[in-house]
Amino acid sequence: MRLLEYQAKSLFDEYGITIPKRYIANNFDAIKKGAEELGFPLVLKAQLKVGGRGKAGVIKICKKPEELKILYDDLTSKTVQGEKVKTLLMEEFAEHTNELYLSIYLNRSKRCYSIIASAEGGIEIENVGDKIILDTGIDGPTEKDLEYIASELTLNGNSKKNFIEFASRLTNLVVKKEAELAEINPIAVRNDGTLLALDGKVIIDDNAMFRHEEMNKYEDIATLEAEAKKSGFSLIELDGNIAVIGNGAGLVMSTLDILNDHGGKPACFLDVGGRATTESVLTALTLISRISKVEAILVNLFGGIVRTSVVAQAIIYAYKNNIIHVPIFARISGAESDKAKEILNGSTAKVFHSVEESIVSAVKSVG
Amino acid sequence: MFDLFDILQGKENDRDYKKKAVIVQGITGKFGMFHTKLMMQYGSNIVAGVTPGKGGQQFNGVPVYDNVAEAVKNTGAKISIVFVPAPFFLDATKEALDNGISLLVAIPEHIPIRDSLKCLEIARTKKATIIGPNTPGIIIPNVIKLGIMPAEPFQSGSVVVFSRSGTLMYEVSHILSTSGYGQRISLGIGGDPINYTSLIECFDMIKDRPDVNSVVVVGEIGGDAEEQLAEHIISTGFNKPMVAYIAGRSAPKEKRMGHAGAIIYGSFGSAESKVNMFAKANVVVANRPAEIPILLAKKLKEKSR
Repeated sequence: MRLLEYQAKSLFDEYGITIPKRYIANNFDAIKKGAEELGFPLVLKAQLKVGGRGKAGVIKICKKPEELKILYDDLTSKTVQGEKVKTLLMEEFAEHTNELYLSIYLNRSKRCYSIIASAEGGIEIENVGDKIILDTGIDGPTEKDLEYIASELTLNGNSKKNFIEFASRLTNLVVKKEAELAEINPIAVRNDGTLLALDGKVIIDDNAMFRHEEMNKYEDIATLEAEAKKSGFSLIELDGNIAVIGNGAGLVMSTLDILNDHGGKPACFLDVGGRATTESVLTALTLISRISKVEAILVNLFGGIVRTSVVAQAIIYAYKNNIIHVPIFARISGAESDKAKEILNGSTAKVFHSVEESIVSAVKSVG
Repeated sequence: MFDLFDILQGKENDRDYKKKAVIVQGITGKFGMFHTKLMMQYGSNIVAGVTPGKGGQQFNGVPVYDNVAEAVKNTGAKISIVFVPAPFFLDATKEALDNGISLLVAIPEHIPIRDSLKCLEIARTKKATIIGPNTPGIIIPNVIKLGIMPAEPFQSGSVVVFSRSGTLMYEVSHILSTSGYGQRISLGIGGDPINYTSLIECFDMIKDRPDVNSVVVVGEIGGDAEEQLAEHIISTGFNKPMVAYIAGRSAPKEKRMGHAGAIIYGSFGSAESKVNMFAKANVVVANRPAEIPILLAKKLKEKSR
């Protein structure tokens, strides 16, 4: 689960990582109130899950009251990579001398936590030449690790002490909240050596959420995707008109790729999981029936353990009960596939021997 | 080096050659029961099950114990297959490895990453091997089935199949079998961000075996396991025919495509990066599963020339 900046900063605050004075606003009345509290100049930041907000022009400095309405209207009219701006974070404008970069993340390739720091904060870390990367144990960087990083950053005196404290608090957050990533870019270093987290990106391990009910309030996934999750499915809505269902994430990804190669456009990715049953296929079809742009459904089931005739019965049931109306193109491999074909004979569903055949027919049907 | 075949099938003069004892943790759950039956039907030697509080019962003729210690004491098993739900997985693994299990097959998905890191550390200390998590398991056709895969797609032969995805492992093994390429072993490394036994480690277990003539890797977007393997192949000069397939070429960025591990950040984890690295390692990459046996045939032919 990726947190929005203001949510990440609430966690920072909770863990003693200093953040600028702030106000969260969803409408212009709130903006006015926020401005009264914070004073000018202030920073207006659109709260989005996508990166590159600076480049997209959704972070603005507001110098005086007269600019508030203009900037508010401008920001809330924007959509960045399909995500509409709704919530704004207002912050005091924090004077500072320089900026640092710091992140602690789960390093998949090395199977440990790693920490990255740089004296060049404020730019995307991929584009930074001079950075310090350190792999650490399963409890994240130790005091000694952080000492080393602070000296590599050529920090000294107060700012060194403050950096170590900052980073150890971030470590604490990563471990306690089970984050896959916690990134502060930039950290502002102020005249007196104190530090301030100007931005925040935190991704929490979805699989650990059962231990962190306190963060459920941050969950903001599309309704349909949330409902699918409840049924044990994984569903991702996409832009096209052919819904794709299959059993197994790899198989569905592979089906999307081949569909794409044939010029088809997927409307969704729906993995019903390794264990397809009549109920699960029926639930999947019901979910898909709610995506209005769907003109055809592509089913790719590799059976074996699941009896394909059972899947065929689910499809017939879905048509009979008006759950679905669009044609189904199915590739069902595994036990009783002949029986499955017989069951579907004469219905709006067509069963094919190979994935390719089913895809070609599905693409043809939607024109 | 851990010898996977030694532990899974043993040596020819072993008393239990091709009959290695296996315990099932979580045997009385619906999923555990279902697959215990199927594994036994296949011929896997399931000797005991473990479910806390159900000790003394039997399932399908297999005694159930309250804990791993008793199950191991009574059977001498070194292999365990685990079906317990994700929140209990860490404890189940710890118990198994503390009691002498040296190969653990981790079926559950949705295991918290911190628990995974802890399991990995326990495995390192105990010098045990864990396959998975979020794996369909391991199958040596005609010898042992340790997992939730259907039996039909797999036939005995000389190809090794490694896969990050379950159903794709079945699909690809099925396509290989029907094209005349049986498998020496098919192994699911798991769909999670952390594979306790990495793709490279799996690869090293089989690369020098004379009964392996080629390798098929079924990868997917996310992480850099495939890139690491490609670099490893370049640096070790492995020269048996090898074909790869990468699922998720058309997947959008920063979306988790079903598997916890299948996610692209920036260019990290993209299919393009994997395909490019494989090309450098002289590993051909199929565009779709059906192409794999065609490419493999070509590679094998080149090799025999």
